[in-house]
Amino acid sequence: MADRPAHNYKGFLGWVEDRFPMMETWNYHLAQYYAPKNFNFWYFFGSLAILVLVIQIVSGLFLAFNYKPDAAYAFASVEYIMRDVPGGWFIRYMHSTGASAFFIVVYLHMYRALIYGSYKGKRELIWLIGMAIYVVLMATAFMGYLLPWGQMSYWGAQVIINLFNTVPYVGNELSTWIRGDFVLGDATLNRFFALHFFLPALILPALVFVHIVALHAVGSNNPDGVEIKQGPKGNMWSPTAPTDGIPFHPYYTVKDIVGVAVFLFFFFAIVFFSPEMGGYFIEKPNFEPANALKTPLHIAPVWYFTPFYTVLRAVPDPWYGTLAMFSAIIVLFLLPWLDQNPIKSWRYRTLAHKANLIIFALVFIVLGWMGVETVTPVYKELGTRMTEIYFLFFIVIWVHSRPATVNYLLWFGLLLGLVVGIDLWRYNGEVKDEAHQILVQFIWPLAYLAITLLLPAFVSKWNMEKPVPDRVTD
Amino acid sequence: MANSGVDKSRRRFLIAATSVVGGAGTVALATPFLTSMSPSARALAAGAPVEYGLGKVEAGQQVRVKWRGKPVWVVNRTPEMVKGLASLNDRLKDPDSNILTQQPEYAKNLYRSRKEQYLVLVGICTHLGCSPSYRPEVAPADLGADWIGGWYCPCHGSRFDLAGRVYKNVPAGSNLEVPPYYFKDDSTIVIGLNDAKEAV
Repeated sequence: MADRPAHNYKGFLGWVEDRFPMMETWNYHLAQYYAPKNFNFWYFFGSLAILVLVIQIVSGLFLAFNYKPDAAYAFASVEYIMRDVPGGWFIRYMHSTGASAFFIVVYLHMYRALIYGSYKGKRELIWLIGMAIYVVLMATAFMGYLLPWGQMSYWGAQVIINLFNTVPYVGNELSTWIRGDFVLGDATLNRFFALHFFLPALILPALVFVHIVALHAVGSNNPDGVEIKQGPKGNMWSPTAPTDGIPFHPYYTVKDIVGVAVFLFFFFAIVFFSPEMGGYFIEKPNFEPANALKTPLHIAPVWYFTPFYTVLRAVPDPWYGTLAMFSAIIVLFLLPWLDQNPIKSWRYRTLAHKANLIIFALVFIVLGWMGVETVTPVYKELGTRMTEIYFLFFIVIWVHSRPATVNYLLWFGLLLGLVVGIDLWRYNGEVKDEAHQILVQFIWPLAYLAITLLLPAFVSKWNMEKPVPDRVTD
Repeated sequence: MANSGVDKSRRRFLIAATSVVGGAGTVALATPFLTSMSPSARALAAGAPVEYGLGKVEAGQQVRVKWRGKPVWVVNRTPEMVKGLASLNDRLKDPDSNILTQQPEYAKNLYRSRKEQYLVLVGICTHLGCSPSYRPEVAPADLGADWIGGWYCPCHGSRFDLAGRVYKNVPAGSNLEVPPYYFKDDSTIVIGLNDAKEAV
């Protein structure tokens, strides 16, 4: 065992430090962790995600004091919390609003990584751990949504668990095993409650911990995508620290507190004035107790799952639909290996790449919107087209890895051919309305591929990368 | 000096032997944990058959009966409803009920029932398990002019006719399931058994 570094702490702090690396850890991760000095708005969301996690764990613990994970009592116990427990309504609305807030913050945190290439430069593991956090978060949110045992809880869980039913050969046994019964019932509710406690209280903090350990070992990326550790050394705090770095504490802790204040302003505005958020944070049918004999007339998952729900609905075959839905998540894991362009930040990438990222965000929003709407021929086709663009994005970002040498026309032809091929396979000439929609909404993938692959081929401005500066710029 | 007295082959043997035994132990230990998540003896026992009096079902009406925790529909079909079934065949995925797991032998016919009049179905969509809505009306605005009655699933838009047969171009892949049932007498149905002999 190597000797620990010497310290000058006196008194009680010194006594503790001799026995436990308290200040050593504090310094390594906060007071002497040098983060790039040019963090902007997008860098609030990491610390906000931790804040929301704490809100969820604390409010969840206090909800569990009064909640009963039993199909006969669950719905009534939630109403009991809302009406009879002093302050119960407040704790529950914090928890339900916190779930949506968590996803808003995490989606923005992930998009930050996309635009600044934060998964590059030995940061692949940070991205993978982050994706694991995202998946655990989705599982936790899904299981938590069953607990109030309302109509939406019940039928939402019914649909999602039945996705496993579509697995060839073992599907039926698998979904029965997950439910613990042949129908969704008390056994399912009981285990979902246990998992809803176990995953966020033990697994999530552990994953967040390794996420930060990996980040602090490599160092933070920044809006310029310049490695400050490769720049000049020495600043006013340390002769060996990167010149363009500033200590996380107090500089970014103070900056993040401003973010926390603004965030809490909006958070509590929702908690106090619109906790159901017009049926998007708490869906209206969930105020009716679960009824195994009757599905609500219009069911949709909570908003943060709807983009993937649209992908599921876009594919007619149940098993392939399930595969497509899970692929939409799995493909995100591969991003560090798909985007091979050495330039990290979109500031210095081509216009075509920027357009690709902005369109991806818009497509994700439209996918989410389609997921809450009932299926009409227009919306069904729009959902299908957005699903196509969602997956094309990951090929196009790979094509954009080498803008100087890539054959854009070839790729445009290949990917357009792929879309047309899928259309021919989908078209069966039987339903006139659908065929018409396929034709009309062909404009979406065509426009997408034209913007991201044809424009850079013919307009040189769209294919120009800018030189990356040696130092961060602002 | 530090390594001179180390018997490496003995160390390797001990590591390999404990790994193998430990691995087998882990698998053995995982078994009870994994099987504990399967349906319990109580859940397995909850499959008792259900009796229902047909006198309560008016012409054209659908009633829901709970069997094994699932909704089972009993529909009293009018002669007009039954008459329309044959005309739909070319718009259906499986008009002749060739997927044998979806109905008992006695329901493998145009009406998918023992008697033309009474249809008995498990009310769970064969797509992802929602319970479709009963839409017996002809040509409602939301379902189109060629709709002659059936079920519409609100979750993903699957459509079924008045014999529970699935339409083409919808997400559900197979017809609605017909549970085992028999008529105890003219006005009583038993859901969950194929005939009275099974009851003993």
